Amino acid sequence: MLNYVIGRLLTFVPTFVGVTLISFGFIRVLPGDPIIVMAGERGLTDERYAELEAQFGFDRPIYEQFWEYLTGVLQGDLGNSFVTKRPVWDEFFALFPATLELSVCAMIFAVLLGLPAGVIAAVNRGKFYDRALMSTALIGYSMPIFWWALLLIIVFSGNLQWTPVSGRIDLIYYFPDPTGFMLIDSLRSGQSGAFTSAVRHLVLPTIVLGTIPLAVIARQTRSAMLEVLGEDYIRTARAKGLTSGRINGIHALRNALIPVITVIGLSVGTLLAGAILTETIFSWPGIGKWMVDSIFRRDYPVVQGGLLLIAVAVMIVNLTVDMLYGVINPKIRKR
Amino acid sequence: MTDATASVDRPSPLREFWFYFRENRGAVFGLWIFGIFAFLALFGPWIAPHDATTQFRDATLQPPFWQEGGNWTFPLGTDPLGRDMLSRLIVGARFSFFVGVVVVSIAASGGILMGLMAGFSPKWVDTIIMRIMDVILAFPSLLLALVLVAILGPSLTNAMIAIAIVLQPHYVRLTRASVLSELQKDYVTSARVAGAALPRLMFITVLPNCLAPIIVQAALSFSTAILDAAALGFLGMGAQPPTPEWGTMLAEAREFILRAWWVVTFPGLAILVTVLAINLMGDGLRDALDPKLKRS
Repeated sequence: MLNYVIGRLLTFVPTFVGVTLISFGFIRVLPGDPIIVMAGERGLTDERYAELEAQFGFDRPIYEQFWEYLTGVLQGDLGNSFVTKRPVWDEFFALFPATLELSVCAMIFAVLLGLPAGVIAAVNRGKFYDRALMSTALIGYSMPIFWWALLLIIVFSGNLQWTPVSGRIDLIYYFPDPTGFMLIDSLRSGQSGAFTSAVRHLVLPTIVLGTIPLAVIARQTRSAMLEVLGEDYIRTARAKGLTSGRINGIHALRNALIPVITVIGLSVGTLLAGAILTETIFSWPGIGKWMVDSIFRRDYPVVQGGLLLIAVAVMIVNLTVDMLYGVINPKIRKR
Repeated sequence: MTDATASVDRPSPLREFWFYFRENRGAVFGLWIFGIFAFLALFGPWIAPHDATTQFRDATLQPPFWQEGGNWTFPLGTDPLGRDMLSRLIVGARFSFFVGVVVVSIAASGGILMGLMAGFSPKWVDTIIMRIMDVILAFPSLLLALVLVAILGPSLTNAMIAIAIVLQPHYVRLTRASVLSELQKDYVTSARVAGAALPRLMFITVLPNCLAPIIVQAALSFSTAILDAAALGFLGMGAQPPTPEWGTMLAEAREFILRAWWVVTFPGLAILVTVLAINLMGDGLRDALDPKLKRS
């Protein structure tokens, strides 16, 4: 097991350096001079240009610049935003809880519906429920989620007026946010109606972001269950006279969960990509919207730093999933 | 083609493929839809009742024909600038189709070449190639595509290049994995012993035996490419207005969602139906081509 963990950690290092290299290279392959871009339309004198060039280290050899960038990254220094002048690192971690809250809710939504759907489909293989559920899952899987979001807004916010269109909470509520998670903070604030407002804001983005993972989990659970249901120990359980609920729910599902957990872990990248669209549409103040806004504002340090931090977050999650996979599935460890 | 009386012969690969593909009714249905989509992509401008960019200024935001105020001149209504929705949707098919074809061609050919290289080269080359692919895969695909487009400048061509770069590692991994498992087999050894040169070994001996999973992947990434290009268009980083690309149409229509449902509903529906049809076909291809997954 230890060897497995160490081996897996060792592959993390070159990937991390590569990811850093890409985000470092990003600002240097942009058309145009970053300093001119930063100066905006005011223009620059030659002295000021040279000064800035020295300040950002653009006058030194490229490998020295990369080394400095890499050591800066490892110390949490990603530069400052052109627009707000605040450190990119601080901005990222101020907005991250919003994205995390949304992603966790979306994942819970996807798992709570996807697992039962997959089990029901597998148990009723080839029958009506299987076909209905799997057709729905395929539609969910093919869904352009930005359109799905607009449709839900038309129906639930426009026609039925059940949910708000954007933001995390109604503006009439104001309270400190020590955790950054609106659900927890609104509950702690003790203001009546604040929590309900937070939930109502969260519902549509959760559904939109959770749709594709939901479809993937349902499909994966079904095929994993089908594989397991053909195993000998299921036949034994059946011969012992166990109820089908016990067989499907305990004996089969537990073993079918191994590939499903992998899929759930790998969906984190999909969630972050989905968050870009979902957050933009619902004006959800998280990482995705921040990245899109920064791209449009040409706020390059933010784009560069955000890209790196998101990639590292995805890598850490994937690494954790791999480790967990080793814990759950002993076959992997021995390789 | 052999006829029924000579059925002792092994059926041609194409016929065998069609036999399995036909069994999956969803896949055949998907193929039909895809056929219509391809037809519209090729002949759209000649079929569309109006020009896709002509603005009928006295008929802006006209509802579809079955609603009050709609008429048959504009069967699916008009957009805020008075352009015919149906015509724009029909002409828009070619952009999505084009995106799919170009992205899959670039990603697959590049990916297959690199996968072959990784599989046949010494260990260190293999390691370098695969680490680079790991790095690309570490970024959420849409985000990386978005940033690449920001670097290259927003346009449909750049969006296609970005999506192709993002999708390509999947082909590299798939090809490399198949190549490595094929290299163990006796027929490769015998070809080597017979003196086949490296290019022959790569492209004629091994590659054809690795194609099945790659074809399935191609179908899947065709739909991913369409979705991603539409998403980029929606974010304003893909095709630029007035191009009737479906994602761009959605972006333009966003502010009218509560007043005119049709300008939002139809472009999205077009994307969904197309992607769904391709995914149905992809499932059928997988059933027909991959014997391990057959009849799952």
